[in-house]
Amino acid sequence: MSSQYPGMIESALFSRDVIAEIQRAATEGIYDIRGWGAKRPLPHFDDLVFLGASMSRYPLEGYRERCDTHVTLGTRYAKKPLELKIPITIAGMSFGALSAQAKEALGRGASAVGTSTTTGDGGMTPEERAASSLLVYQVLPSRYGMDPDDLRRADAIEVVLGQGAKPGGGGMLLGQKINARVAGMRDLPPNIDQRSACRHPDWTGPDDLEIKIRELREITDWEKPVYVKIGASRSYYDTALAVKAGADVIVLDGMQGGTAATQNVFIEHVGIPTLPALRQAVEALTELDMHRKVQLIVSGGIRTGADVAKALAMGADAVSIGVAALIALGDNSPSLDEEYRKLGSRAGCYDDWQAGRDPAGITTQDEALASRLDPVLGGRRLANYLRTLNMETQIIARACGKSHVHNLEPEDLAALTIEAAAMAGVPLAGTQWIPGRDGRF
Amino acid sequence: MSAPASETRIMDLRQISVRELNQALHDLPEAGASTRWQVRNAAGEHALAVGINAPCAVEINGHVGYYCAGMNKYAELTIHGNAGTGLAENMMSGRVTLKGNASQSAGATGRGGLLVIEGDAAARCGISMKGIDIVVRGSVGHLSAFMAQKGRLVVCGDAGPALGDSLYEAQLFVRGQAADLGADCMEKEMRTEHLEALGVLLDQAGINLPARAFRRYGSARSLYHFNIDYADTY
Repeated sequence: MSSQYPGMIESALFSRDVIAEIQRAATEGIYDIRGWGAKRPLPHFDDLVFLGASMSRYPLEGYRERCDTHVTLGTRYAKKPLELKIPITIAGMSFGALSAQAKEALGRGASAVGTSTTTGDGGMTPEERAASSLLVYQVLPSRYGMDPDDLRRADAIEVVLGQGAKPGGGGMLLGQKINARVAGMRDLPPNIDQRSACRHPDWTGPDDLEIKIRELREITDWEKPVYVKIGASRSYYDTALAVKAGADVIVLDGMQGGTAATQNVFIEHVGIPTLPALRQAVEALTELDMHRKVQLIVSGGIRTGADVAKALAMGADAVSIGVAALIALGDNSPSLDEEYRKLGSRAGCYDDWQAGRDPAGITTQDEALASRLDPVLGGRRLANYLRTLNMETQIIARACGKSHVHNLEPEDLAALTIEAAAMAGVPLAGTQWIPGRDGRF
Repeated sequence: MSAPASETRIMDLRQISVRELNQALHDLPEAGASTRWQVRNAAGEHALAVGINAPCAVEINGHVGYYCAGMNKYAELTIHGNAGTGLAENMMSGRVTLKGNASQSAGATGRGGLLVIEGDAAARCGISMKGIDIVVRGSVGHLSAFMAQKGRLVVCGDAGPALGDSLYEAQLFVRGQAADLGADCMEKEMRTEHLEALGVLLDQAGINLPARAFRRYGSARSLYHFNIDYADTY
């Protein structure tokens, strides 16, 4: 390699960021932990476009003709399926990782638009239950705060096998976020690091999971939908096995999905993106004749109504948001830029959600910081955002001639890159070519 | 199937389903008078008598499958047989007595109440326990009390390898030999208060053994804050 400036050649392999990380590791002797999801560029919904109505497709009038958005989750076995007004739900995030105010705000925002929110590792808080008209209760490996009364109070149950940011990984809530209330809910002393196991304590594998799900159904008299959440890795087989285990709903979280605290190397290098994972899950459901019978919720990088519409067109029944919901509450607000800079970051980049010093009052248990977040205002902001996502989804669906967002289909999509075409299973724009389909590459 | 409240209600699983049994138990009023139940022909069924939320006495005849008495509150259950995985998992209160042997993960994540296993318990007995008391008349398998947070595990026989691995604040008492201790688990002094408390617990479990015959194990608390110097411990 030559350059007109010898001695000034940067390595593509050892970029400035790579060099900085090597130097940091050499100084500190430990990996980097952070929140958020994968930050590097990945094939995503941006690499797909919709084929709007044309000569052969009849569009719906934007402001006059109905385009429904409701979705029913848990129709397979549950006596009381969840009825959502919009196909966008709030993902599981723990009280502990988030402040009580943030949890309440998520519940308020979701309830205002008729959708569900989800607990997280650490149990259910009264504020969250009161603020959430539809609340999904997670059953996680740690079982922190697991309480049969809360199970009965919940509207649905979500057995968590993994999350997209760290499939195969457990978790650790650092001691600085463990105040007396968080510790009490988790049956642990305050101020110590709280490890969350990566495997469930009382079942291993799909055969056991089937029995575990049956136990949860028996405890709740078969009323509640039982979701199974998987981190995207072997999505085809995991989906099929979740169906076999008796799931009513499968929640599939791609590697862009967020986390409160995980090693950076884990976030960026384990799991697969949402795009191929979704296609694999839909293939598995279709082959089992379970598509739309076992509902599919996909998460991991949902930001706009376009993302929602594309996920639905690929076969999802609903989507779930986490990082975007926190941003809607006020996370990474430019108004806090000065404070982020004091923490060594800046607005738009702040991801030290594990540290408990969040100036937005969201990812903290510090009472003074947490009190900065007004749950009512936060809930209103989230509701605004959810309404916007929903309207954007409708705009696209109408343009494709659909009277319900679930009528969107892969045939409405084209891919802008060969990679996205192969991963999503839709043709490269301007061609009929889906790489890998029918053995053609 | 039904009987006056003062009598024992007989539930024969050759004639009714597990669903019907559990629904009948769930229909009990939380604050109502205690009732007596006898379950016949358990035949290894899973999820028997789970999610009870009322004071009652339930006797189960026969071997039971996974998760028997799971998430129990208030009730007292006696099982005349062996139990599959996850006996009394996440129990909140009450008492479960198993006359036979328990498979793995007995008492997993239990938050309260007393679990008495009169035989042996397999691997991971008391895994992630969060306040439950577990007394095993026999021995327990490997990785028992893994990540145990709160409560007491009493083993009258021997404990398998990696006892109390990654232990938090649960207290472990072993009368026989512990094959080896897991990460961050250590033997601790048996002081007077421990002898007294253990004696009371053994009495409650109906086990006539002197507390002084036991050794006490607990957390070294060296893993409570992640320290790179301890990375080799894991």
